Amino acid sequence: MVIQKEMIAEHYERLERAPETGEPVVYTFVPGNLTELIRSFGCLPVLPEINALQSGMRGKSRDYIAEAEKHGHSEDVCTYVKCDIGMVLAGNIGPTGTKLPKPDLLLLSYTGCYTFMKWFELLREQYDCPCVFLHVPYQGDGIIEPEHREYMVKQIKELVIPALEKISGRKYDEDALRERLELSVQAEDDLVWVLESAKNTPSPIDAYFGAVYYVGPIFSAFRGTPEGVAYYKALRREVQQRLDAGLGPVAPAGPLNDQKYRLVVEGPPNWTHFREFWQMFADEGAVVVASTYSKVGGTYDFGFRHNPADPLGTMGDYCAGCYTNHNLTNRIDMLCQYLRDYKADGFLINSVKSCNSFSAGQLMILREVEKRTGLPGGFIESDLVDPRYFSAANIKNRLESYLQMVEARRAGGSREARAS
Amino acid sequence: MSRTAIRSEVVEWASGIYEDLEFTAVRQWLEGHPGRKACGYLPVYAPREVIHAAGMLPVGIHGSGNIEIIRGDAFYQSYICHLPRSIVEFAQSGRLDMLSAVLFPSTCDVIRNLSGMWQILFPDMYVRYLDLPQVADPALGAEFWRRELEVVRRELGRVAGVEVTDARLRESIALYNEVRAIIRQLYALRSEKPWQVPTEELYLLMRAGELVGPEAFLEKAREYLTAAQSDDQRVRDRTRVIITGSFCEQPPLGLIKTIERAGCYIVDDDFLAGNRFLTGDVALEGDPTTALAEALVRGAVKTSVLYEPDPAGKRNLMKNRVAAARADGVIFAAASFCDPALLDRPMLRDGAEKAGIPCIAFKFAENSGQFQQFREQAGTFSDSIKLWGDA
Repeated sequence: MVIQKEMIAEHYERLERAPETGEPVVYTFVPGNLTELIRSFGCLPVLPEINALQSGMRGKSRDYIAEAEKHGHSEDVCTYVKCDIGMVLAGNIGPTGTKLPKPDLLLLSYTGCYTFMKWFELLREQYDCPCVFLHVPYQGDGIIEPEHREYMVKQIKELVIPALEKISGRKYDEDALRERLELSVQAEDDLVWVLESAKNTPSPIDAYFGAVYYVGPIFSAFRGTPEGVAYYKALRREVQQRLDAGLGPVAPAGPLNDQKYRLVVEGPPNWTHFREFWQMFADEGAVVVASTYSKVGGTYDFGFRHNPADPLGTMGDYCAGCYTNHNLTNRIDMLCQYLRDYKADGFLINSVKSCNSFSAGQLMILREVEKRTGLPGGFIESDLVDPRYFSAANIKNRLESYLQMVEARRAGGSREARAS
Repeated sequence: MSRTAIRSEVVEWASGIYEDLEFTAVRQWLEGHPGRKACGYLPVYAPREVIHAAGMLPVGIHGSGNIEIIRGDAFYQSYICHLPRSIVEFAQSGRLDMLSAVLFPSTCDVIRNLSGMWQILFPDMYVRYLDLPQVADPALGAEFWRRELEVVRRELGRVAGVEVTDARLRESIALYNEVRAIIRQLYALRSEKPWQVPTEELYLLMRAGELVGPEAFLEKAREYLTAAQSDDQRVRDRTRVIITGSFCEQPPLGLIKTIERAGCYIVDDDFLAGNRFLTGDVALEGDPTTALAEALVRGAVKTSVLYEPDPAGKRNLMKNRVAAARADGVIFAAASFCDPALLDRPMLRDGAEKAGIPCIAFKFAENSGQFQQFREQAGTFSDSIKLWGDA
């Protein structure tokens, strides 16, 4: 945690100095981010979702959202967008208190979320800067079709790279990109090891609340960097120590060693009450052993690794493979696999108002996963960064009821076992 | 028969199709065409030419505010628009069981994810998610879309048991060029003489056109156009407005009537935008799939569901549409929770207001039943333009 905080703080400070240092700044999104490519041109990435969620965690999103709504943004739409727009309108001071630079380029990696397109059209109005669009086809049939891969590679070659060359004044250097991709693979290996450590009992990590910290560097500015590699090595060592000592994760109010329930969670967390939300689980002895949200920036635990031998193709594969770019059938399969592989007691869906990419269809996912696995599913509702949609009492009540249901199923299962 | 009677007859025919929640027109078509099949498509844009060329009936699935939602709500949280609820209701109640295939265009994440739900709910039906080309480069976009269309062409041919030859596709393109042409004529007449073409009537005709096939639609649309051109109606003192934001979930007919009766002439709109998504004719020469792809990439209407590569595009869009329609103001009418319309609205409205164009905005749902607030808003808007518009 300390290392990550330092990394993030340093990155934001570097961003603040960018207008003086001349380092070009590229805004892009977490799913389908081309961080290695951006970095290979000496550019600095900014990820607006990260800013929004950080603003949510730091209690700033309410005012930013209000500011955006005052400027005509609907109460019905994504609160990440409104939080970001509100932050820009309020002077663009980032979550760590440093001034965010204007983008030299908006790299619209259109991966798994319709709103991304509008978000950067809106930001383009604010910043009056160029925007390059990378269209990542959705896996409507559950596979990355070869033609789609080719289409993505062509776009990277013919549109994205020239745009980066233009703002950076550098020529595309494939060797430099390969070196970065090699670093990515190292970090990806360690991240997967950490996530899979939750297969142990007790789990040394919380694969939802804890994992959002673990995926932070690799989902944002640090994939393909030596700092990223060092971070994941340190994280792996720390988790290994916990594993050796038979310890659980450290929840907001202390260690969660006595783990009564092993859960899988689908959907993003709520950020405005993140610690309170986590503690509700911890108070019940519930640890999350796998989550889908921690795969929005890459489904590494299903085997994907960046391939330095095919730098542009691998970026296409990466983009198309991010979690929300998968169709519902794949998402259901993933959840079923998690429930099985992580020996979970059940699964919970945190359905967020803001994100139709995740939320539309989740009630169907709930039914299908229950049907296929026979394990109980629960459903809670909140939002990403709008505190008006976090009802603590309601969520706590639903969580407790859900865990009672898990308990009842267990008791029923034991009775059946005894009877047979 | 008098012109008024012809036009009333067409409107009554269209209204009957619109009001029918059992898709009888589709079922009758299938009965009348043994061995042929029907392919549904969701809003906004799907290549109907390809469906038609496979010998199938293209069926627009636009939901309905008139259907009682029993099963549909069980699939969606409260913060998701109404459209997929009524569509799921139609499907779950067996009303769409005559379809052999459904196409889901990349309108938004709700429709995208509904394609996945459909795959699970109806495993025997052909389901295809259509990723419209979003890339700014026309050559790349056209090549991508051509390949997608080839897949749809091949797959629908398989479902229909028909080889979709170039000649068949070209014939369908020619037919749909006629459809687009008559729709353009109807829209032009309404813009020129809105008292001759009340939007309520035009909308019903367009809506019927989503269910009856291009041949039947053309026949009725021609009858209506001929009658409307010369069936002189009284000119009223109304404000000319554009409605925008209603391209996917459709407003209830009552809302359209309310706006016009509150003192507005609707002179342009984006209702059922898919039927005029391609702004010009599709070329009949060369490879027909390429022609369809090029027509979309190079000639699609400006809409919220496609990326706008021009940085000034959003700012200028309403200004240009207002100028083209000689409108006095813009009504932003979006369905509740409609991401494309509501995310676009600040940009479009800002551009319009900076150009000095009066605007109002409200939200509806396809099942909105109370129109008093809309009447008051639209009436006040119209009055304010008439009273102070030139001040």
